[in-house]
Amino acid sequence: MEQTEILAKVQDIFRDVLDNEDIVLTPQTTADDVEDWDSLSHIQLIVAIEKAFKIKFTSKEILSWSNVSEMTESIAGKL
Amino acid sequence: MISFKELKQNLKKEYSSLPTRKVALLGDVATQFLAVSLKGMGYERNYNIDLFEAEFNQVERQVMDPTSDLHEFEADYTVVFQSTHKLLEKYSHTSPLDQIGLADERLDFIRMMCNTVKGRIIYYNYPEIEDTVFGSYANKVESSFVFQLRKLNYELMKIAQENANFFICDIAGLQNKFGRNVGFNSHIYISTEMVLSLDILPYVASRTLDIICALEGKFKKCLILDLDNTTWGGIVGDDGWENIQVGHGLGIGKAFTEFQQWVKNLKNRGIIIAVCSKNDEDKARAPFEKNPEMVLKIEDIAVFVANWNNKADNIRFIQSILNIGFDSMVFLDDNPFERNIVRENVPEVTVPELPEDPGEYLEYLYSLNLFETASYSNADAERTAQYQVESKRVSLMQSFTNEADFLKSLNMVSEVKGFDSFNTVRVAQLSQRSNQFNLRTVRYTEAEIEALENNDQYVNFSFTLADKFGDHGLICVIILKKLDASTLFVDTWFMSCRVLKRGMEDFTLSTIVNYAKEHGFQRIIGEYLPTAKNNMVADHFPKLGFSTIEGSEPLQFELEVGDHADREFYIENK
Repeated sequence: MEQTEILAKVQDIFRDVLDNEDIVLTPQTTADDVEDWDSLSHIQLIVAIEKAFKIKFTSKEILSWSNVSEMTESIAGKL
Repeated sequence: MISFKELKQNLKKEYSSLPTRKVALLGDVATQFLAVSLKGMGYERNYNIDLFEAEFNQVERQVMDPTSDLHEFEADYTVVFQSTHKLLEKYSHTSPLDQIGLADERLDFIRMMCNTVKGRIIYYNYPEIEDTVFGSYANKVESSFVFQLRKLNYELMKIAQENANFFICDIAGLQNKFGRNVGFNSHIYISTEMVLSLDILPYVASRTLDIICALEGKFKKCLILDLDNTTWGGIVGDDGWENIQVGHGLGIGKAFTEFQQWVKNLKNRGIIIAVCSKNDEDKARAPFEKNPEMVLKIEDIAVFVANWNNKADNIRFIQSILNIGFDSMVFLDDNPFERNIVRENVPEVTVPELPEDPGEYLEYLYSLNLFETASYSNADAERTAQYQVESKRVSLMQSFTNEADFLKSLNMVSEVKGFDSFNTVRVAQLSQRSNQFNLRTVRYTEAEIEALENNDQYVNFSFTLADKFGDHGLICVIILKKLDASTLFVDTWFMSCRVLKRGMEDFTLSTIVNYAKEHGFQRIIGEYLPTAKNNMVADHFPKLGFSTIEGSEPLQFELEVGDHADREFYIENK
């Protein structure tokens, strides 16, 4: 799966979990750029991404990402 | 089950108009998601949960400090979640010599909490973490964590038995059902200090609200069963009563046997079981009466409806006999078409989406926890017999076109007597409970009833009623006060609503008039004191032939004994 494809799928998950259709993700997007993306909704997003891609992150990964591209790279590395 | 995401979305909805219940949440782990789930599930059950979430890990302080926010809040329900994780941490910090006292120490705290916290406590029990430090041998070692944990869960049940306001929410049972790998998510724990997974949270919230709803009086009383392919395998009309699939041995029959055993256990607990089947009645009854493999017998069924009418109408008929709310009924049917008919026409009835495979019925039904309750007594178990009698009476009434013929056919007998040591308790009880058919709503205690027995200024009557189907016991009470040598005042007239429309009022008046005539009284005065609930008897005296005393306040009515002629009734004096 291409990075752009992964990004699009992740964006759908963000919109669904955060209940906001206006969210647009770029590789550089950080938590500060998205309303309601806080430490609590972050964990909801992680669980939803794991289910959607049928992958498992390590706890270290979850705590390490600083933007969306690091997240999508982690996903790509597991597919 | 609704998802966590949907529960969270509920928080954006308008629920301030729903009835509010104050709930305090205390946890020794972070509880933000649990708080969201409880509020969101409250919306699903039509409650506005006004939630006080104590700060993280303050259970002891909040409970023990009488000036704490918790006590200030005055919750209706205090939900306490002390986690197995934190218990294990505590165990690990305890010296090996003292580990044997882990459970007792926690139990002491909980007992103290029962005495300090006002309102009801909902306490989450402990899903097990098997640390395998001893392996299975832990079962032999009292100081092992596993031993202490199981002891704690067992002793908690005893505390619940001893404290009327302490309720356990069985989240250990939820973990048994779904497994620890579903119930616990290490990511969530590592990054948020929360020990419940997003997948299990809706179930935990649901089980918590089940308890609150049951305590608020919203619970299921009746289970209505379809027959073919729900209660047994196959179609009895085609296959015959001897060939339906039920019974042990190989094959699907055992799934239906075990389903029936579950239903029987519910019936024994006091749930009313009814049948609603599209069948000829004799064919539908045959398995209950003849097939030895059937666990359910005809006497387990309070109302049996088998015909070719639509099921929504039949469920309305069952409701009319049982006289309970549609929202207290559960309907099980394997046929999606029938389920939808009932959902559309009687939306208050709970209609579970039974799995296609009968082998999965039970595990699915277990997961719904449909029959949460807030009380249990042995009397609950006798309910079926009472409703069976009522059901027979109603079906007989339908066979008569004329009410008098129906009443005659009941062979009603009433025993009339004053108050004595045998009926004092029941008279006082009925006096406390009768609200609707009660003319003056004067409440009498047992001691006051005993005093009336010996006061010659008063005349008392109690009435029982029995008919060919069964005995209602004591159902009506009259207390007359002698105002003067010629006048009787009806101080009290109340009657159980179970015996309305039987002519009991006419029989009662006849008894009073006969007494008056024999003892030289010429006038009977009645009075109606309105309450929020007794509108049913506003016209009671005029209907019986009393005339209104003009200008009386409260309204009074009089009857000249000499003018009275009995109306026809069909009750014999025993």
